[in-house]
Amino acid sequence: MTVWREAVGTPAARVEGPAKVTGRAGYTYDRPVTDPAYAFPVQATIARGRVASIDSAAAAGVEGVLAVVTHRDAARLADTGDAELAVLQSDEVGFRGQFVGVVVAETPQAARYAAGLVRVEYEQRPHDTELRADRPGLYAPEQVNGGFVSDTDEGDVDAAMEAAAVTVDRAYTTPMEFNSPMEPHVSVAVWDPGERAPGGGFAEGARLTLFDSTQGPHVVRSTLAQVFGLPPERVRVISPYVGGGFGSKGMPHAHNVLAALAAWAVPGRPVKLALTRQQMFALAGHRTPTIQRVRLGAGADGRLTAVAHEVVEHTSAIKEFAEQTAVGARMMYAAPNRRTSHRLAALDVPVPSWMRAPGEAPGFFALEVAMDELAQACGLDPIELRARNDPEVDPESGRPWSGRHLVRCLREGAARFGWAERTAPGTRLVGRELVGLGVAASTYPYYRLPGSRAVVEYEGGGRYTVRIGAADIGTGAWTALTQIAADALGCRLRAVRVEIGDSDLPAATVAGGSSGTTSWGSAVVAACRAFRHVYGEQPPAGAEAGADMPDDPDAERFAMHSFGAQFAEVRVDADTGEVRVPRMLGVFSVGRVVNPRTARSQFIGGMTMGLSMALHERGVLDHRTGHVINHDLAEYHIATHADVVDVDAVWLDEEDVHAGPLGARGIGEIGIVGAAAAIANAVHNATGVRVRDLPITPDVLLR
Amino acid sequence: MRVNVHVNGEPMVADDVWEGESLLYVLRERLGLPGAKNACEQGECGSCTVYLDGITVCACLVAAGQAEGREVVTVEGLSEGRARRRGGAHDRNPRPDPDADGVAGPRLDRLDEVQRCFVEAGAVQCGFCTPGLVVQAHSLIASASRVPEDAEIREALAGNLCRCTGYEKILDAVRLAAARVHARAAAEDARTVPGGADD
Ligand code: FES
Ligand code: FES
Repeated sequence: MTVWREAVGTPAARVEGPAKVTGRAGYTYDRPVTDPAYAFPVQATIARGRVASIDSAAAAGVEGVLAVVTHRDAARLADTGDAELAVLQSDEVGFRGQFVGVVVAETPQAARYAAGLVRVEYEQRPHDTELRADRPGLYAPEQVNGGFVSDTDEGDVDAAMEAAAVTVDRAYTTPMEFNSPMEPHVSVAVWDPGERAPGGGFAEGARLTLFDSTQGPHVVRSTLAQVFGLPPERVRVISPYVGGGFGSKGMPHAHNVLAALAAWAVPGRPVKLALTRQQMFALAGHRTPTIQRVRLGAGADGRLTAVAHEVVEHTSAIKEFAEQTAVGARMMYAAPNRRTSHRLAALDVPVPSWMRAPGEAPGFFALEVAMDELAQACGLDPIELRARNDPEVDPESGRPWSGRHLVRCLREGAARFGWAERTAPGTRLVGRELVGLGVAASTYPYYRLPGSRAVVEYEGGGRYTVRIGAADIGTGAWTALTQIAADALGCRLRAVRVEIGDSDLPAATVAGGSSGTTSWGSAVVAACRAFRHVYGEQPPAGAEAGADMPDDPDAERFAMHSFGAQFAEVRVDADTGEVRVPRMLGVFSVGRVVNPRTARSQFIGGMTMGLSMALHERGVLDHRTGHVINHDLAEYHIATHADVVDVDAVWLDEEDVHAGPLGARGIGEIGIVGAAAAIANAVHNATGVRVRDLPITPDVLLR
Repeated sequence: MRVNVHVNGEPMVADDVWEGESLLYVLRERLGLPGAKNACEQGECGSCTVYLDGITVCACLVAAGQAEGREVVTVEGLSEGRARRRGGAHDRNPRPDPDADGVAGPRLDRLDEVQRCFVEAGAVQCGFCTPGLVVQAHSLIASASRVPEDAEIREALAGNLCRCTGYEKILDAVRLAAARVHARAAAEDARTVPGGADD
């Protein structure tokens, strides 16, 4: 089945590397548009209520201001079913920081200054932004993100816990976290108005072009077409270079709509809108805080009899997003009695959304610290505990694994990391530093999203162009697709040019769920095969063929997940409680690795984000105001170069023969999963202090 | 006001500059040099790093007027040692570099050593932090009399946030570039020191 010749599996350098290191890569805001105007939003300063009055006279009088748009005069949207995207359509305020207006001006400075002069009076209603496990009104969502059921219950967990020789029953919490890609969310909207509809609506003839920093130009196109009531072919979304996203650019957010509304208000002018770093904290999604109860029951030999993972988390009152935090516990370990549940509090908070490994990232902090606690309670090595509970088949579905190599990853990592040197908790003091080692397991599902199509064209002269409306947000997908196409066509890498980042290119699913390279890649393989099938090895110039991503029948027959083992060494200053992480190692089983160079970066980047989650990241909501008070990079800390010492990732040399034509399961998210738990477990090993609440700050260790 | 500034070796003029404008804004929006990036606008991330009279600064924190009459070098100015103003042409859909390992080829030859090493080491992901990091690393290497220690590199680059890479490959790139630059300098010294060749 495989056709891999020379490119797949080699560390090809990024195709867009030279453009990026020279500053020539044109990100959304960098792209020249003719005669642009600039938008600056006005944001709600209350968390719940309604806008009682707006005085925009002073703002409108500022030199250079072209328009001040509020709910009173914004164009009416065709579909307001998604409350996050129903921008400026009513006087209702659902969270602090929500858009209540926008100023458009000749310069960004004028727009920003004038936005500060818009006077908004509110009728404030009591708000509630505080997540507590004991609050009234918690509810079970119909399903959680990813389309999973909210609750599962098998056997009798309570009885099994009663009967178990050893138990762990603990609460773990993770805070509100923010994706914080380095490129802020940017949208540049250009209308070709056509005939204006009576009443200022969007005429059938209108066309919208959006330069957008997004993980999915096609997703933005179809969503905005619906919101504006335009046929999809009248919306075009262009995004060749995207400065990171980590999920926050996976679906359109309110700023996309605001940019288009602002541009509609100044006919003939493209409008540029860049969220400031501060605005991103209210408007670009976040990870919900979580309160997780994990119960594990086991025999004295460590064999699990019960696993329960019950999660309380928040969503925004105006739009539901239910993080699938407990879903990973359904398949991770064998136990006859298993229960998972998700309960949501609908709060007056900004709209949560995808953040790298939604579900698994916070869920495996809790589950894997709990496993460490169980190992300690049983007097077992944590690796041995996991090996004893490694299920033969998926405990949830009963299906065979397409390839479950968790124990191999753990053992391989143990050998490489020097796991045997681990001592009893709190016993290794080097100078004034307590030293400890920790381990955690990691997993991420294989998602292969249907709906992508690729087209291959022969340009003549030995050169091919492959077109697919995918996105490379820094993942390396652009390079990987080039490699895949070169092998599938049987030509040199240099002969292939891949075009991505434009909704005028054939449909492609979102860069999310670690699915991009596998989903788009199988469409590319299918297109290349279709091309060769029709034209053979000697195609005429201009020959073109395309194909949709084929179905993968194995996806129904096998449980398909990637796995990994995360190791961390920590050094805790005995006097100050400062935690340093001198070493991290991840050993992953992900099927085939298309490009070791870009893959290693993805793993290491994910692990470092896990380190950041473990030690630094915490969004602080002020419950009196509903405001994320640490809404910038000075106060919301992400790991810097000086926080990282030696992070390494390796992987098993393998191919998952059930995972489509590539044999690859995706790599973008697994690196973050379990990393924070490995560090928390290492902190316990170093100090004897069990930390169950992230982030692990010095004060917690000095208590 | 009018601001006269040398950018990447060329005299440039920006007119109608508002007093509150940053150097970053003038470079990006008025002088057609969008290489330096705006990621926080308040000095926290280093994405906007440029040289001002030979010293690296966060261009978002420098008022445009402060650059009057001074020398600025941006990431665009490092390759080929001089400015290449962008005329709206973007590398939208690049071809891979010709070698199978992808790291040689004519385009890489034109890059500054630091830029080349960033590509070779795989230190670039989304690339948004890259221009600032390249300039900061360039300055570190240029000002050091030897190949810097890892800890020095990490400290020197701690003001340049990157959310993608985990920094490991950036460290590799800087180490590699420093080693090459210093080896080249040493070789040149050996050639120019009188009598050096006779020893
Ligand atoms: S944009 Fe200047 S430091 Fe962040
Ligand atoms: S490469 Fe994306 S922020 Fe550094």
